[in-house]
Amino acid sequence: MPDLTAVLEVTSATHPGMVRSHNEDSIVADPELGLAVLADGMGGYNAGEVASGIAVAMVSNEMKKALAGRKAEELNGAVAEKLIAEQSARANAAIYQAAQSQPRYSGMGTTLVVALWHDNHVTVGHIGDSRLYRLRNGVLEQITRDHSLLQEQIDSGMITKEQARHSQNKNLVTRAVGIDPDVDAEVHTYGVEAGDVYLLCSDGLNDMVPDEDIELTLASLQSNLPLAAQQLVQQANDNGGRDNVSVILVRVTKEFPARGGWVDKLKGWMR
Amino acid sequence: MAKLILSLEGSVIREVPLDKERITIGRKPHNDIQIENLAVSGEHACIVTILNDSFLEDLGSTNGTLVNGNAIKKHILQNNDVIEIGKYKLKYVSEAPPGSTSVDEFEKTMVLNRPAVARASAARAPGDTKVMQAAAAPAPVAAAPTPRPGAAPAPTPRPAGAPAAAEAQAMGVIQILSGPSAGKEMELTKNLTTLGKPGVQVAVITRRPQGYFITHVEGANFPLVNGKMLDAQAHRLNDHDVLELTGVKMEFFLKK
Repeated sequence: MPDLTAVLEVTSATHPGMVRSHNEDSIVADPELGLAVLADGMGGYNAGEVASGIAVAMVSNEMKKALAGRKAEELNGAVAEKLIAEQSARANAAIYQAAQSQPRYSGMGTTLVVALWHDNHVTVGHIGDSRLYRLRNGVLEQITRDHSLLQEQIDSGMITKEQARHSQNKNLVTRAVGIDPDVDAEVHTYGVEAGDVYLLCSDGLNDMVPDEDIELTLASLQSNLPLAAQQLVQQANDNGGRDNVSVILVRVTKEFPARGGWVDKLKGWMR
Repeated sequence: MAKLILSLEGSVIREVPLDKERITIGRKPHNDIQIENLAVSGEHACIVTILNDSFLEDLGSTNGTLVNGNAIKKHILQNNDVIEIGKYKLKYVSEAPPGSTSVDEFEKTMVLNRPAVARASAARAPGDTKVMQAAAAPAPVAAAPTPRPGAAPAPTPRPAGAPAAAEAQAMGVIQILSGPSAGKEMELTKNLTTLGKPGVQVAVITRRPQGYFITHVEGANFPLVNGKMLDAQAHRLNDHDVLELTGVKMEFFLKK
């Protein structure tokens, strides 16, 4: 199993916000596996907590098992994408079943973002409007595209991004985990550079804090990741904290090719 | 349901509920809201409602359409916006009056149910999660009646999430007291301003609704405030505090 503890600096923070009494977000980050998972649950009577908890637990456990037998070289983009797609489907089935079988869980669902680092790449799968951002050379970019009504309106040219900030139709997702018997995660693989900082977050962050301030926070505080995470949550709460807010920050400290340098090659010849 | 209150020179004429996806306003009789006035074009403007959003769009009228005094082409209506067409005023009142929406409902993520999407969807069990029916029969994307959005300057609404307190807050300023940059002043306008030397010693001054705070970021030495070394916690800054970082002294003060 690959071990990325020396490569990835990982920190996370979650807060119920200033309005809600319960936190229905769930997060898991495992620097050794190179895995980060975030889910924002929805549903009455705190069923959201159950849904997001199932999603995060299932994906991280399944991923650990799947990677246990593998060598780093075996994990490429296609393999990682397939793993994430399969695990998302399984989580969806589990949550859907639970929702069908228990009246108090009826209609529960969750968003999901999964990121897996391997061989100087990151494979990202997502369903819903929880996001992955990347800070590279001081510039923040939103990597995942929301599965939301607002994003569709922006994509079709109906409204501008600026108008979207004033919309009352925020938080209407077009895809979620556990709502339909089948759902497809959107999965892509991207190149990773040393110095990159990745942010997984629930909409409790980006609905309360504009992208410019997220960028400023990460760029200014990337040398102290826990402080950066704490400052993001604090700004969300200072601006109203109307929803649960969760962040996972991952900083790539150096390159991590699957096949190492000449030492690995030498070892390979001598086997 | 959102509605418009139509008035002229202070007298309310009638209330119009926004119960259709597209409501037209103009001088000609076929309009939903007919305003018989020469300053109003035959087809002057329309309001398109998609779920909770209502978009006002000027249809190329001769005299234009104003919202809160500003000319618009396309504008997302906010509660209490006042539309002016000719001499007539239409006040937009959004769905639930503020305060009546339970805070729990606000900001909750909900799933949009779209029957047009070909997916094996089982009968939805009744439950607490809100599943929204798309307003238009096909996906909302296809329902856009106008081909192009105009360049709509949103006149007054505050950027989403900005605290009201920030506008009334006094501006913090740092003045360098020693070293080669002595005398230099820096206004603390942003939420975060970092000071010091990366790799040696860095502190951050954060601007919050309750005031300015300084926090150590990196470095073996922590910043000094009025001669005393800070710990890892955020420290509130007071008017005329003297800070010291990487051997440089600076004063924090509030601009009145």
